[in-house]
Amino acid sequence: MKKILVIGATSAIAESCARLWAQRGDALYLLGRDKARLRAIADDLRARGAAEVAMATLDVRDRPSHVSAIEQARTAMAGVDIALLAHGTLPDPGECDRDLATAMDAFDTNGTGTIALMHRLAALLELQGSGHLAVIGSVAGDRGRASNAIYGAAKAAVETYASALRQRLGRRGIQVLTIKPGFVDTPMTARFRKSALWASPSRVAASIVRAIDRDRAVIYVPWFWRPVMAIIRALPEFVFRRMKF
Amino acid sequence: MNDTGIGWGRHPRLPPARQVVLRDRNAALPQTSTTLLPHGLGRSYGDSCQNGDGTLLLTRGLDRFIHFDREAGVLACEAGVSLDEILRLVVPHGWFLPAVPGTRFVTVGGAIANDVHGKNHHRAGSFGRHVRRFELLRSDGRRLVCSPEENTGLFEATIGGLGLTGLMTWAEIRLAPIPGPWMQVEHVRFAGLDEFFALSEASANSHEHSVAWIDCLARGNKAGRGIFSRANFVADSRPARQLAPPRLAVPFTPPVPMIGGLGARFFNGAWYRRPLRRPRRQPYAPFLFPLDGIAEWNRLYGPRGFLQHQCVIPPESERDAVQELLHAVASAGSGSFLAVLKRFGDLPSPGLLSFARPGTTLALDFPNRGDATLSLLDRLDGVVAAAGGAVYPAKDARMSGRHFRQFFPRWPAFDQLRDPAFSSSFWRRVMTGSGRMQ
Repeated sequence: MKKILVIGATSAIAESCARLWAQRGDALYLLGRDKARLRAIADDLRARGAAEVAMATLDVRDRPSHVSAIEQARTAMAGVDIALLAHGTLPDPGECDRDLATAMDAFDTNGTGTIALMHRLAALLELQGSGHLAVIGSVAGDRGRASNAIYGAAKAAVETYASALRQRLGRRGIQVLTIKPGFVDTPMTARFRKSALWASPSRVAASIVRAIDRDRAVIYVPWFWRPVMAIIRALPEFVFRRMKF
Repeated sequence: MNDTGIGWGRHPRLPPARQVVLRDRNAALPQTSTTLLPHGLGRSYGDSCQNGDGTLLLTRGLDRFIHFDREAGVLACEAGVSLDEILRLVVPHGWFLPAVPGTRFVTVGGAIANDVHGKNHHRAGSFGRHVRRFELLRSDGRRLVCSPEENTGLFEATIGGLGLTGLMTWAEIRLAPIPGPWMQVEHVRFAGLDEFFALSEASANSHEHSVAWIDCLARGNKAGRGIFSRANFVADSRPARQLAPPRLAVPFTPPVPMIGGLGARFFNGAWYRRPLRRPRRQPYAPFLFPLDGIAEWNRLYGPRGFLQHQCVIPPESERDAVQELLHAVASAGSGSFLAVLKRFGDLPSPGLLSFARPGTTLALDFPNRGDATLSLLDRLDGVVAAAGGAVYPAKDARMSGRHFRQFFPRWPAFDQLRDPAFSSSFWRRVMTGSGRMQ
């Protein structure tokens, strides 16, 4: 039985991951903003076979509350084997371009707040001497695009920090996993028109759970985004700046 | 072609003006000026799951379990949970759904709204008999827990109520114990309807599940021939594979129907004469859900889609009426491969508009060939009406309003309990029109 902390537990990808863990009989601790939705998810995970499910509310932007939230989770489960950071918002790009407060708020949720949580969790896992830290980045973090500036920049910051933590913690047998989903059909992306490139949260979740089991470092889900993004990253700037996507 | 919000028969196609994905059972209904209709997995064949130019409430995001009592066999879950998901959870603990239709890819909300029945109807009755309670969210914002004890009127109206009494957010169901996931299955060939009725009678007590395939294109002295299949869950220590997703899928819609037509008579004859295996043990899925092995099989009927016709004929006229129906189909030469005959039991359902009732049910499907198909189906309705039977709304795309009101005489009581903001293309058709839909 694994002891698993899920931050952003009401997100579609996190909920799908939690279902897979619940079926295995793992113990879960859920953090999220909406108490009623957390409760509904906790009931579901118990019915699916989770050994134990506890929950508490957390707003990632409220940095001072991170310490006690993580500490309570650690105490409740007597340790943390896996921490999954799955919270996130997809801000309206036009709104971000116009309004600094909106842009910084989005950067806080997706970037600074996430890095602060990783900072805490890295210390916890280091002290334990074992564990897995998995964070959801994005293909948007691979190269800045006009249509997704703040979100992409925040994800890039998170992924750079994850890479650094991997170097630091890897020596002690602690896995740091960066998950880079492409387009996923979730409430966060409900306003977009879907095509064949879109993946379901359950498919993405299956990849995440498998990657944690196998101690992977960086995964793209679905896999085809790895070569696609390699090409996009390799484009010379004078080509990329003229592109519209 | 976008198929979301369309019925399984892909005819008629009545696109909604708006589709709202529901994900939180505690959330309020969306504000809209159009009518609302819950839509789960869209396995109703015709227009009962469609709301042309209205709003569809897509319930598949309400897919959480709420409570599973492994000792007592009681399950509470949100209304968008599929029967497939329930079976994956409960079968390893020795439980099964008390009634399942021929596909497991329907939601709990849909199973209740259509009061579905299965191959064990003669022993267990319809799905609605096993519903302990559910919550209904009405358009005035009230949340009502309905059961045989409280809000009884709405409880009875919602079972078989075609999603028109409000949004069901969750339901609690009684499960049935099974010795394991294996069934002892037996197939028996029969030469005519009299033999079918004799087999049904003889199997009613010995077999919990029974269904017959019938060669609906056979004529003359071959008419009414078919294969009777019966089965029971049995204890077996071998582990059975968990339910797998369909291995085969129909990847696109072929330009012409791939089933029905000239080949159908040949295939039906060959299927009737196929060598039958001796009684044997097999996992439950291929017996109970034969069509779930191929994803999106409805595409095989081509771009014009297909029509189903399922009726029930009361015991006093079942023998003659079924013969007359089969005769009409065989003469028209337009039937297909998926003809199913089953004798229902007499366990009543609480539902006001429930379809399943004592007698014999015959299910047929027809590639959509326009007027020829529609007039054949009208003839079948006439036979059903004269025999005092009923046609199944879940499979219907064209029965007349007059026939609907005759088949479901309690509709005025139902209409009183219907949510005024909820409607469907089916409901508008059978309440306003007297004839068939154009």
